[in-house]
Amino acid sequence: MNAGPAMNALPAIGDATAIGDAPTTKVVPGATPLLRVRGLSVALPDFSAPRGLLGLSRAPLRPILQGVDMELSCGECLGLVGESGSGKTTLGRALLRLVAPTAGRIEFDGRDIAHETEAAMRPLRARMQMIFQDPLSSLNPRRTVGDAVVQPLRAYGRLGTRDEARRAAAMLLEQVALPAAFASRYPHELSGGQRQRVGIARAIALSPDLVVADEIVSGLDVSTQATILLLLRELRARLGLAIVFITHDLSVVRVLCDRIAVMREGRIVEQGTTADVFAAPRDHYTRELLDAVPLPDVERGWLDPLATAA
Amino acid sequence: MSAPVLEIEGLHVLLRGERREPDRLMLRGVDLSIRPGEVHALVGESGAGKSMIARTVLGILPHRAQVASGHVRLLGHDWLKMPPAARRAMLGRDVSLIPQDPMSALSPAHTIERQICEVLRLHLPMSAQAARERALALLDAVRIREPARVLHQYPHELSGGMRQRVLIAIAFACGPRLIVADEPTTALDVTVQREVLRLLRTMQQRGGGQSGGTAVLFITHNLGLVAKLADRVSVIHGGRIVERGLVAEIFDAPHAAYTRALFAATPRHDRPAEALRPIDPAVTAALDVEAAAYDNAWARAR
Repeated sequence: MNAGPAMNALPAIGDATAIGDAPTTKVVPGATPLLRVRGLSVALPDFSAPRGLLGLSRAPLRPILQGVDMELSCGECLGLVGESGSGKTTLGRALLRLVAPTAGRIEFDGRDIAHETEAAMRPLRARMQMIFQDPLSSLNPRRTVGDAVVQPLRAYGRLGTRDEARRAAAMLLEQVALPAAFASRYPHELSGGQRQRVGIARAIALSPDLVVADEIVSGLDVSTQATILLLLRELRARLGLAIVFITHDLSVVRVLCDRIAVMREGRIVEQGTTADVFAAPRDHYTRELLDAVPLPDVERGWLDPLATAA
Repeated sequence: MSAPVLEIEGLHVLLRGERREPDRLMLRGVDLSIRPGEVHALVGESGAGKSMIARTVLGILPHRAQVASGHVRLLGHDWLKMPPAARRAMLGRDVSLIPQDPMSALSPAHTIERQICEVLRLHLPMSAQAARERALALLDAVRIREPARVLHQYPHELSGGMRQRVLIAIAFACGPRLIVADEPTTALDVTVQREVLRLLRTMQQRGGGQSGGTAVLFITHNLGLVAKLADRVSVIHGGRIVERGLVAEIFDAPHAAYTRALFAATPRHDRPAEALRPIDPAVTAALDVEAAAYDNAWARAR
């Protein structure tokens, strides 16, 4: 499949032939990575900690990320896995500077953005986008779908006339295999999978280089999940998107990601290509996570109490 | 073989349309039978009718839904014809629920002790002291560390896995014959999920005092959970059971096209990415055509 950058000359989305193809990437060997993270630490106030006599002193900082190193090449998809509380969501947000790091460097396209001002971040923000877990709470219920997907373009002054907005909305919806007529609908009229497509359409509106997707298929049915995964794989190949895909489901990672980073307690405990890590996990925690995924095979003893209970 | 705990025959549930909308059939002649001590998985996608079956069994159908025809026999009772008071006496004691979302199922304003003791004292002749002791034993049985401390805690002080354990304790409190588990692990991490399933399996086999164990109607969309936990499975789509049988047999050789499509659409970390196939729209379209034909025939027969 041709991974050209021209959005207009793309093949129709959703045709069955594209589905079985292996993901193609635009990664150029030896090129500067899109993201290069070194020693990234984030600490957030811990409001559950006891706070002095009258509770007036400031909440102490609790370390969430502790010295994270990672890289992401252009067009690459990295699966970020771990349990709740492992720091994967915080890392995803820190990469987009949605939370401020306490230490470390985040180089985006060669430039350290860890401590940039919001004004300096603004032009960069067009190049980095986020898809949220729950599309219903991330879409304005009073805005039509068409309005929602072109909002990023409007925010960056890339839309002129109403007609332009209409055409942009139709094109974005087509990218995620939704009919153009959906532009006039409201989020509550859509199914979960359709809403998630709208979330994706909005994220790709500005043709970003990087998209962080946080648990975006967790709440979906099997069949919807499969179509969303394949849509992402296709968009990625077509638009040359780099994706940080945050999930707790290792089976999903296998479908989409080139590389995987396993997080535990604010650190990355194992990193590698998806194939390598799944074939021979080096860290025992990765092994534990893999074993805990219930594969649809009948297996006696999978639920037996642990023999090591003594 | 002893009589089934739950026997559903030809169950039709109708959802009355709002304003100008026509009435819609949500369940189209469902048959389901669960034997004592058996784990029966009901697997399907959202809107398939899984929850409608659960809600019929628990007598909590939504306002606009009604049973149009069919029979439900629960522990030998004609469940749909029982007086509400008699049903209420059985709910929570002989039949109980493990809900999906522990945060909304537990009251945020009451301690764990109070919420466990409530169901015990409602159904069993028990002193407050005896109920407290039993509550402590239940928390211990669901392997909560420091049960005496947790008894006096509130739900928000517990982790998601702990809350789900508390709900399992409440569900098993009175030694039920049947438990309806509605996606009980969907909100949990994989490692916690495995622990909770282990616990459910142990408690189910032990049966809270029922010889032969407690039967479970396990509602899920996750084929992996079905494989690991269930003895039998019914695959549901469009309010109809499209395939049923022993888990061992169906997972070995699924017969219905829809079941096969569900398997192919389930991602697995031990298979290459190319193995994933979304459900062929033709498969569901064929089922929809059958459902429409069924509705026409059903409307004519009425």
